Amino acid sequence: MYAFEFARPRTIAEAVKALKRDEALALGGGQTLIPTLKNRLASPSVLVSLTGIAEMKGVCRTDDGMVAVGGGTPHAVVAREARKLYPALAALAGGIGDPAVRSRGTIGGSLANNDPAACYPAAVLASGATIVTNRRKIPADKFFRGMFSTALAEGEIIIEVRFPVPRKASYQKFRQPASRFALTGVFVARFDDGVRVAVTGASEGGVYRWKEAEKALTAAFRPSAVEGLKVSPKGMIGDLHGTPEYRANLVRVLTARAVAAA
Amino acid sequence: MPKVTMTVNGMAVSGEVEGRTLLSDFLRDDLGLTGTHVGCDTSQCGACVVHLDGAPVKACSVFALDAEGAKVTTIEGMANPDGSLGVIQKAFQDHHGLQCGFCTPGMVMSAAALLKENRKPTEAEIRAYLDGNICRCTGYHNIVKAVLAASGQDVSRIAAE
Repeated sequence: MYAFEFARPRTIAEAVKALKRDEALALGGGQTLIPTLKNRLASPSVLVSLTGIAEMKGVCRTDDGMVAVGGGTPHAVVAREARKLYPALAALAGGIGDPAVRSRGTIGGSLANNDPAACYPAAVLASGATIVTNRRKIPADKFFRGMFSTALAEGEIIIEVRFPVPRKASYQKFRQPASRFALTGVFVARFDDGVRVAVTGASEGGVYRWKEAEKALTAAFRPSAVEGLKVSPKGMIGDLHGTPEYRANLVRVLTARAVAAA
Repeated sequence: MPKVTMTVNGMAVSGEVEGRTLLSDFLRDDLGLTGTHVGCDTSQCGACVVHLDGAPVKACSVFALDAEGAKVTTIEGMANPDGSLGVIQKAFQDHHGLQCGFCTPGMVMSAAALLKENRKPTEAEIRAYLDGNICRCTGYHNIVKAVLAASGQDVSRIAAE
């Protein structure tokens, strides 16, 4: 690891200020960034840890019926505190990594990193959540910009994520057992006005909405509704864990499973 | 260098560390608590699991300065006050839950975290919870058995390995 200065602000305002420094980088729970730093793939001059900011932690229901998760909330806390408020989200959080990773890794860190195989982006996109930063509110549909790329500007911090709660929802993850990321994962959310389906782990473009399935499931919410749909392997990730064809097939299979489990 | 202060196994400690100093390095090199093992240093193996404010974490993936003011428990804090083995440690010994012993500190710390939130876990729950702890010797059966025994449950139905 290259040397850097470590800052641990106690408020959002302090963090925003610290991130204005030259080559400053925000640190969430560090479960991706610390291994990255160890590999010398990042060399910030200042690392601004967000773990000491109490106002960015916790889960609650807002006055307008949404579930708000603080950007610095670890997965284990979401798994526990969202259990009644949004069970599918809690189940997703409880299935990320392993228990020790869930103690540290945060929703804000996961979203800002936008790993193409991360779980949270699927929940955020399928729920039509809003990402609240220190500067603005970004709808999920405008947040994800492809693999490891988001709408966040330099120094912008995810303060909170607001989830509309669907009538029914489920996340089905085909787990890559070594990394514990999703080889492919599908989040299905059924709202009164329609169904949203978000796929992670499959596309080279990162998380995306499977609009054809949304249309079919809005017409008839049952697993068989997606049986006849074709998923093209074009643009799907191919690596030693699975071919593009394999992932394309998983998208359909996991969507059907999510509908059955919702 | 910046100063860090925390409570480790009930004792107030402090030291001067670099920004990049990992909690595992601070525990081992500065405090001499070498019971926390570093197996992979890539947060895969779980040998370095300690409790940070009660939650299990991989000490190789936390910066020492991020533990400022925190309460840390390491494997050295798991023995009884008289120095004899704690319940989980004793169960690992009784049920041969270790061979080379390298992964054992992490296994014991993860098991302790599990038993704190789930006092009577099933065999499947134990296996799921130990997902982030890798053992290359035992084949896990006796580790699972030890955790089950430490929770005061009958282990006779689990075949001896």
